[in-house]
Parts: sequence; structure tokens; C-alpha cells
Amino acid sequence: MSAARSAHWKTIPGPDDVTRRVLPNGITLLTRSNFNSPSVVVSGYLGAGSLFDPPDKLSLAYFTCQSLMRGNQTHDFQQIYNLLESSGASLGFGASVHTSSFGGRALVEDLPLLLQILSESLRQPVFPTDQVERLRTRLLTSLAMRAQDTGEMASLAFDDIIFANHPYGRPEDGYIETVQNVTRDDIIAFHKNHFGPRGMVLVVVGAISAGAVVDQVMAKLGDWHNPAQSSTPEMPTITPLLQTRRKHISIPEKSQTDLIIGTLGPQRKSPDYLSASLGNSILGQFGMMGRIGDIVRERAGLAYYASTSLNAWISGGSWEVSAGVNPKNLQRAVDLILRELNRFVSKPVSNTELRDNQANFIGRLPLSLESNNGVANALLNLERFQLGLDYYQRYPDLVHAVTPEMVLETAIRHIHPDQLAIVSAGV
Amino acid sequence: MTNLLTKVTLDNGLTVHLKEIHTAPIISHWVWYRVGSRDEIPGKTGISHWVEHMQFKGTSRYPSGKLDKAISRDGGFWNAFTFLDWTAFFQTMPANKINLALRLEADRMANCTYAPDEVESERTVILSEREGSENEPLFRLGREVQLNAFSTHGYRSEIIGEVEDLKSITRDALYHHYRSYYQPNNAQVCVAGDFKTAAMLKKISRLYQDVPAGTHPPHPSQPEPALGGEKRVEVKGPGETTFLQIAYRAPAASHPDFFALSVLDSLLSGPSSLNMFGGGGISNKTSRLYQSLVEKELTVGVEGGLSATIDPYLYEITLTVHPEKTPDQVLEAVNREIQILQAQKISEFELQRAIKQARALFAYGNENITNQAFWLGYADMFESYTWFENYVQRLETITPDDVLRVAQTYLTPSNRVVGVYIPVNHKEKTE
Repeated sequence: MSAARSAHWKTIPGPDDVTRRVLPNGITLLTRSNFNSPSVVVSGYLGAGSLFDPPDKLSLAYFTCQSLMRGNQTHDFQQIYNLLESSGASLGFGASVHTSSFGGRALVEDLPLLLQILSESLRQPVFPTDQVERLRTRLLTSLAMRAQDTGEMASLAFDDIIFANHPYGRPEDGYIETVQNVTRDDIIAFHKNHFGPRGMVLVVVGAISAGAVVDQVMAKLGDWHNPAQSSTPEMPTITPLLQTRRKHISIPEKSQTDLIIGTLGPQRKSPDYLSASLGNSILGQFGMMGRIGDIVRERAGLAYYASTSLNAWISGGSWEVSAGVNPKNLQRAVDLILRELNRFVSKPVSNTELRDNQANFIGRLPLSLESNNGVANALLNLERFQLGLDYYQRYPDLVHAVTPEMVLETAIRHIHPDQLAIVSAGV
Repeated sequence: MTNLLTKVTLDNGLTVHLKEIHTAPIISHWVWYRVGSRDEIPGKTGISHWVEHMQFKGTSRYPSGKLDKAISRDGGFWNAFTFLDWTAFFQTMPANKINLALRLEADRMANCTYAPDEVESERTVILSEREGSENEPLFRLGREVQLNAFSTHGYRSEIIGEVEDLKSITRDALYHHYRSYYQPNNAQVCVAGDFKTAAMLKKISRLYQDVPAGTHPPHPSQPEPALGGEKRVEVKGPGETTFLQIAYRAPAASHPDFFALSVLDSLLSGPSSLNMFGGGGISNKTSRLYQSLVEKELTVGVEGGLSATIDPYLYEITLTVHPEKTPDQVLEAVNREIQILQAQKISEFELQRAIKQARALFAYGNENITNQAFWLGYADMFESYTWFENYVQRLETITPDDVLRVAQTYLTPSNRVVGVYIPVNHKEKTE
């Protein structure tokens, strides 16, 4: 083991310093201590995602999550936020396709308060009518602002094309009509049927011992049961595009056009994931946004940003190239990106490119784990994708095992330059 | 845990500020230059930000395209920022890889080439960045408010610059700006993380010892006259949402009133975090403006904040107007809340809550080495590191009388610009 590896080893979460407990009611608790700052982070999720949204009531999961802290059987909206904000603490909920999630932080002395509010919000929300309506106005205003956001509108249309007839293609925050369709009764029923301890994951990282965390979580959430909690349904199959589809969303008076070109990517548990991830870094991340950044930004000067992203989830994923360009340069940017994608699926990446990116992946790991939030996210990923507590310690070997041929094979499997979604939003 | 803090000035005037933190094998290295948009003149707006971009275009030792790969290869991340008062460059690296970052920053303090073709390529990149900002209603509104809040000071311009200037600034003007301000006696090197102070100081001294001190243009001290009455601006643009922005002239960060105004901000619009990396924020749902505007369904959102600056800048409140309400109704409600602050002392409970919120935000920021390195330089740019170290204690000395006084002094109609973004409704079309 090299000296650098030894130094990293001490700060990388692993079985020696991460405590994982499954509580009798099904909650999985992961915790890691960090006494460098007197603060603590709480994060987690439970299986109440937007995949349960009826098509005419898209946003139901998100709406429910946003309503959880609007009042509960013990505290009303004012009291909840008075307790949190007076302590300098924060807590919030959100929804994605598979899960509803939560995240908060506090000074460690206020962890019992944070867990108390979390527990009350999850278990006893009352969804006051006036608060639900106030929230609806806010959600509708956000959608009005989204309609003016070229990046968000391009992303929305892109997901709709590549994930047609699949929950991944539907926006968690819905559309104006679907938000208007959601009733308070829908929210109450959604909460009753989908929120429960089974499958819930809770992560606590900060200036507290594992034993104390287990005791506090048991005290606040250990007796939670919900016999009505539903099971996760089978996800439909994702159908790849058979030919390239192009779409432009016209939004007047915009100086910049946002462009997304992409396709389906591997799911997180796929054996292709690390090869795709390293390939993605070479293509549009490394240094100043990889090959795409070099061509589109550095050499052609066409865009402030031009990069790629690999989004790998439980049932599938996407592989996307994004750029913000002047409308008159749109086609030139499209042509340059298509040329790079063709090159990417025709020739293996060089040994130097791969070595550089492998070094980057391994070297940056401790940097991503320096804050409590970074560690909490890492622990959530371990659990969400069942990677094993020793995953980050095995990570350097997994990264080094990828070859240029594996990157090419993975690219060929996923990127078909004549079967892409090309979406732009702007004037 | 004891963190060793050292600050020295080298013979060429370069200030070196070091903080040993041995919690993780990470080092964050920053170089700060005392130049920002406040130093710009009409016709050259945006030049400081463009120079920041050009610093990534290479030297003869580290040619364009090599620097970013070298940093990434070693697992680091880097970036740069241009602000009103300063420009800063940073790298956060695995501790055993920091030498690369130290070498390249020392090199690019004096040896960037500014190749003409790189200047032209970057011109379109920056115009593209500006176009991206222009897409945002709040950028358009903020620009007009800022422009009207100052008559002579460099703070009146957006940091990214005006489009006409970005089209006309020459390579020689950029290079001149670079050579004028990027000098050791106008800079500060800050390093926080897992190193030994003596060895780090030796390395930095050796790297910069041959960079001579220079004379840089004096920083402008245009005294900005009082606003002389409330100003109102309207911006029309696409969208369906109306925004209201109210900007009061506020004291400099070094002014004692800044702390009382921070307490006032905390309870009026919610606690603001000055951390640039990590920490997150605290919600503002119990703030007075949230209670009187969002809860009363006059707006759907409110936020406010102070900036820590060398010269007096702005205290800004930004409101997203409820679709069924008018900006005038919202302004009236804001005025009522401010009048209450000017007439009645805040309670001891509210004061203590603001202090606890500040303490929590500082604790969150300290989880992160990059953020700790950031503060080593940032606080020195507008005052001194002791400002940061003593921040919470300074808040603890604030009394309800102080908050009453600053409310009466600064939050007056004649000391503000009120801006409204009026949406001109367009429906999207798809092709």
C-alpha cells in the first residue's frame, strides 16, 4: 500500500467506523462519528417516491413531502419552525422517483430536537387545509418559473423522450394541471399508504457516539409501525429509442439556449457502471469538462459550460451531454458534440486518459468525504445500492480494474449516435 | 483540537496566512488578489472577471489545457471567483499533492501569456456566461437595482460586466489589468489543512521570492453620495412571475453597525450564511417578513442578506410576489414591518436566537477545510481574520437599542432602491 493510500485509509468510511443497525421495525440506521465540529447531520429516505403518483396527479409524492412539516399532532407550523430555527437547526423533505427523502442538521446538543421533529413529521402530520393551499400556490409559482428556465425545460423534455411511459420520464414536481388536481385527501391517503418504517434508511454523522445515536433513534422512531404501508411495485421496462429524436422548446426573449444530447445509461448496480463513469469523466468532466469541454468551450469558444453527466439509478439511468450556447451557435454545438460521441464509440480512450481519470477518482474520494454531509451522502449510497460497508475501501481496486477496452465496450453498449434525444430550449 | 495559525509578510509584500488542521489528509490553498469590480471604470466593466478566466489559459511552464488536467489527475478540485472587492483562486488537494498547486499559483502570478487567440475564444465564452445570466429574471432586476443604487462607485456594475464592454475590451487591456494588480504586495496566499507550518512557509517563500513587488493602481475611493431619496426601477421581461427587490445602502463590513444589521437581518428575513463552502443554511419561516408576507399570502417567498464588503454596499431583500397580489401591496407590508422595527425594540429572545443561529452556521462551516481556508483570506480582504474569529462574540455585544438604531439609520425610504420585475406573459411553443 502506498503512503498516500495509507493516509486516505484513515478517513475513508468503512466497517471499522460505520455502525449499521437494522431496528426491529425495519429502519436501517447507519452512523459515523466526527468530533471535529460540534455539529451533526441527519439524512435518509423511505420508499414513498413519485413512482406512486397517478398520471393525473403528478407531484403527489412531492406535495406530500412538502406538507409534512406544515403541522402535526403535537406542533403546528409556527411551533415546528420556531423550535428548529431558534436552535439554528434545519430540516427538509423532498421526493424523487423511488423515495421520499429528508435531510437536516443541528448543533449536536440539538440532535434530540431534530429527531423529534423528524419523527413527528413522518408519523403524525395533519396537513392543515390552509397550509396545503398556501403550498399549492408556491408549487404553482415554481412551475411558472420553471417554464421560463431554459435548462429545466430542456431537461424535462429530454426525460420525457428517453423515459417515455416510465416514472423516470415524469417530473416529480408535476405540471400545473396535475398540481391543481391533488386534493388534501390524496395527500392524507398517500401518507397513510406509503410512509412507514419498512425500508426506511436513516444516517446520522457528527459529534456523537454510535451508541448514543442508536439510543436516540430508538427513542424517537423505534416504536413506529404502519401496517398499511404498501410494497414497491415492479417498474416498467425502459424502451430505448430506435432513432434520433430532436425537439426544440421555444421560450421567447432568452439570450441563451440550453442543449441536451443523450441517451439511456446503465443502472447503478450494473457491471458497466464504473467503466461508464470513468468514460463519462473522460468525455465531459475531467479537467475543464473533458473532451466535450475542450472542443466546445476551449477550442470553439461556443459555451460557458459544456459537459457530460451519467445519472445511474435503481432501474436505469441516463447519459447526457449539456451545453449553454448562443442560439446562433446551436447547430454548430450539436455537430461538434455528435462528432465527439462518434469518436467516443469508435476508438478506445488512451491509456493516459484512463490513468489520469483513475487517479482523479481515487484522489478525490477523501475530498468528497471531508464534511458530515459528504459522509452522510456516501453512507446513503452504500445502502441505497447495496454496495457493502467496505465499498469505499475496495474502491481504488475497482477503479484500477477498468481498462480502455471496457470503457469502449460500455460506450458502444449504451451510446448509439443515431439513436439519441437532442433537445434544446431557448428562443 | 488546536489549529495552529500563522501570518507573515514576505519581503516582496506577499502576505502568507496558514492554518494547520490535521483532521483529514487534505490541504486547501488559496491566492487572493485585491482587485474586483470596484476597481473598474466605465468601458472596462467585467475586466477583472475576464482576467480571472485568462489565468486558466496557461503560462509557458504550464500551457493551456495542462493545468486543469494536472489538478484533476491528482484528485484535486479548483476554481476561481471574482467579487466586488477581490479575485480568488483555489485548489483543494490530497495533502501529498499540494506542491503542484503551490507551484502553479506562484507561476501564474507573473507568467500568464494571454495569447490573442485565447483572448478571443474566451470573449465568446464570457459573452455566453453573460447570456446565461441574462436568461434569469432576477439577474436582470438585480442589475438595474445595483446600477441605480450607486452613482460613481464601481459597485454599481455587475461583476460579469456590460455586453458592450465585453465586446470591446482588448487583449492589451486585459494584460495590463493583470500586470497591474497581480503582484505579491497586492496578494495573499492562504493555506489550511494537513501540513507543518515551518515546511509550508519555506516552500511558499521559495516559490515567490523572485516575484518582485510592484506598484499597483490605488484602489478607488470614490465617496458615494447619499442616495438622496428613494429610487424606483422597473424591468419588463418574459415570464409569469413578479419579483420585488429592495436594496438599502448598508455599512461596510468593518463598520460596527454591520453586526447590529446582521442581527436585524436574521430576524427580519432569516439568518444568512457567509460560508462559501458547506454548511448550508437555516430556513427563515419564523422571520418577521416570512410571517407577514408569505403567511399572509402576499408573497410566495422572501429572502434577504448582507454582503461583507470593503466599502458600504447593500442590504437586499428579494420577494417573489404572490400571483394574485401586486408589488405595491407587498411593498406596503414590508414598510409596515420596517416601521415596527424602527419603533419597537426587539426582544431579548429574538436577539439570543440570532446569536445561536450565527453560532450554528459557523460550526457547520468549520466541518470543511476548504471553507476554513476560504475564511483565512476572505475576512482579510474586507477587514481582518479577527473579524471572522470574533464574529459571534461581536454579535453577543449587540443590544436591542443597537438594532433599533440601525433600523432607524439604514432602513429608510430615502436610502433605498425599489426594483420590480414585471413579467410580460409568453407561452412556450414546441417544435
